[in-house]
Amino acid sequence: MISLNNVHKSYVTGSNSLHVLKGIDLEINTGEFVSIMGSSGSGKSTLLNILGILDNYDEGSYYLNGSLVKDMSEKKAAKLRNELVGFVFQSFNLISFKNALENVALPLYYQGVSRKKRNKIAEEYLDKVGLLDWATHLPSEMSGGQKQRVAIARSLISQPKIIFADEPTGALDTSTSYEVMDILKEINNDGITVILVTHEHDIASMTQKIVRLKDGHIDEIIKNGELKNFQHQYAKELETA
Amino acid sequence: MFDIDKWQEIFATIKKNKMRTFLTGFSVAWGIFMLMILLGAGNGLSNGVSENFMRDAVNAMWLWSGRTSIPYKGMQENREIRFTNADYDILKDLEGIEHTSGRYYIGGNLFSYGNEYGEYSAITCHPDLKDVESIEIVEGRFVNQVDIDQTRKSVVLGKDIYDALFNGKEAIGEYVRVNNIPFKVVGICTEGGGTRHRNAYIPVTTGQKVFNGSNRLHNFALTINAETLEESQAIENRVRERLARKHKFDATDESAMGSYNKLEDVIQTMKLFQAIDIFIWIIGIGTLIAGVVGVSNIMLIVVKERTKEIGIRKAIGASPASVIGLILLEAVMITTIAGYIGLVLGTGLMEGLNFIVEKQFEASAATNGGNGETLFRNPTVDLGIALLATLLLVVAGAIAGYIPAKRAAKIKPIEALRDE
Repeated sequence: MISLNNVHKSYVTGSNSLHVLKGIDLEINTGEFVSIMGSSGSGKSTLLNILGILDNYDEGSYYLNGSLVKDMSEKKAAKLRNELVGFVFQSFNLISFKNALENVALPLYYQGVSRKKRNKIAEEYLDKVGLLDWATHLPSEMSGGQKQRVAIARSLISQPKIIFADEPTGALDTSTSYEVMDILKEINNDGITVILVTHEHDIASMTQKIVRLKDGHIDEIIKNGELKNFQHQYAKELETA
Repeated sequence: MFDIDKWQEIFATIKKNKMRTFLTGFSVAWGIFMLMILLGAGNGLSNGVSENFMRDAVNAMWLWSGRTSIPYKGMQENREIRFTNADYDILKDLEGIEHTSGRYYIGGNLFSYGNEYGEYSAITCHPDLKDVESIEIVEGRFVNQVDIDQTRKSVVLGKDIYDALFNGKEAIGEYVRVNNIPFKVVGICTEGGGTRHRNAYIPVTTGQKVFNGSNRLHNFALTINAETLEESQAIENRVRERLARKHKFDATDESAMGSYNKLEDVIQTMKLFQAIDIFIWIIGIGTLIAGVVGVSNIMLIVVKERTKEIGIRKAIGASPASVIGLILLEAVMITTIAGYIGLVLGTGLMEGLNFIVEKQFEASAATNGGNGETLFRNPTVDLGIALLATLLLVVAGAIAGYIPAKRAAKIKPIEALRDE
């Protein structure tokens, strides 16, 4: 599904060049539930942006669903984003003057689905995240957890193959965080690849695979079996803290 | 093009920023409003002046005789030039002349009928004067060739004279005394474009015979067949040269024979109005451009404010074209609606002004012996211009939206992730 080979990325500001990603090799298969971890500045958000075709990279190659993603026109990238991936953001990124239903239906608008049809589908997805009663409410009238669930419904409506979530629980309290994670887990159980960025260990430990970034390199990849070990280690860290 | 969602989004953003949208729209509305007022005022002035011109045929020319001021072929200056009926025959057949009428001045001009009497002008003329001075017949007929040939004592009364002497009674066939000589009334007339009808017309030959004029004429009224300034000047020169040869004076001697070529004046005045028109358009469009720049400026701010939202849309899958469309459509809509309001208000104001001007015109015509004078008539803009202005607005809206839309299309979706 995703294949990165020696990907480099630097940000150039004036005469300064900041080398953020220094050769990333990564394979993610269909149906995996992956979290990307790392301290701030480690390049985890940059990596996610590249994976989500929100940003370009300087060197190496990136194959998404079998096709090379490099130097794409904005139009083609938009189409790919619309059809293949869904995004969930830390700050929800709902459009403030649209109600929940309209927000959820928006990706289908860009696919050219008729208004009636997409509103019907949007209702289904709102129901899935348990917010059908809130369909006509504006984002400003909803709690953080509700907003994030609307955002998840929006990311799912175009039936993507991958969901990218950038700190999806970063702005939520623990119990709502867990609720959101449960929804993401369900999505993953339906066969959709979920990749999220987080710096919270407890959130990361709910995924099947953890990619740890450090200074632009992949530090370690903790897989399914080792996860228990990781949880154990994490518990120990908590004890000592 | 018609897409409910797109419109909904535009209305949503407009609703969110009512004040800003109003101010933006106002600048455009003001621009088109000013354009309409300027064009209307220009038209009004142009109409008023040309109406004053139209009281006589625009291609009219007048000739009158005087005394020479330049010695010519051995003859001294200060020699009197006299026109005669022979000159009429020459002018009549000269190339470029359409209508010709000679006039012999008669003094006194006391008109009476029964116990009513009054002082009016009796003008002796040929039948062609009707066309030169745009005389309109209300009843009966004008002076005709038979009157001229048989030196009949016929008179065509101006409407005002008829009203004063006859007071509504049947006048045709009655005899009116002019300087105590009876003339038969054959028609009643008004002067085209004017509101004062105090002239009476009698056949020139009759005038000469009855008032001892022999074959003498004092002046000529002509219309010439010319379209351009050059043509009309050429005809004027031809007339001057022909009469100068006959009467032996220098053709450039303005005091031997005076001439006034109206077409020259009309063409020059019309040129002036064309220049004024162009000037008005420049000012109007300048004002409109200021409005367009205002809209463009506001739309740039809108794009800046909506960076995050546009980023979200792009992350969700909005193509650059759809983002451009969104901004462009909003700009076009604001300019078109605001401009249309300006158009309606501007036209409305000019129509209102037109109403007042017409009232004043009637009032002044009523109190001033039927002589309504105005330099300002019908200050309105015709439909074609209004449609052109509307088209101009849509184009202006597109221009106003272009730069901001381009800016919007460039926004990277990652801005949505960063911008917080």
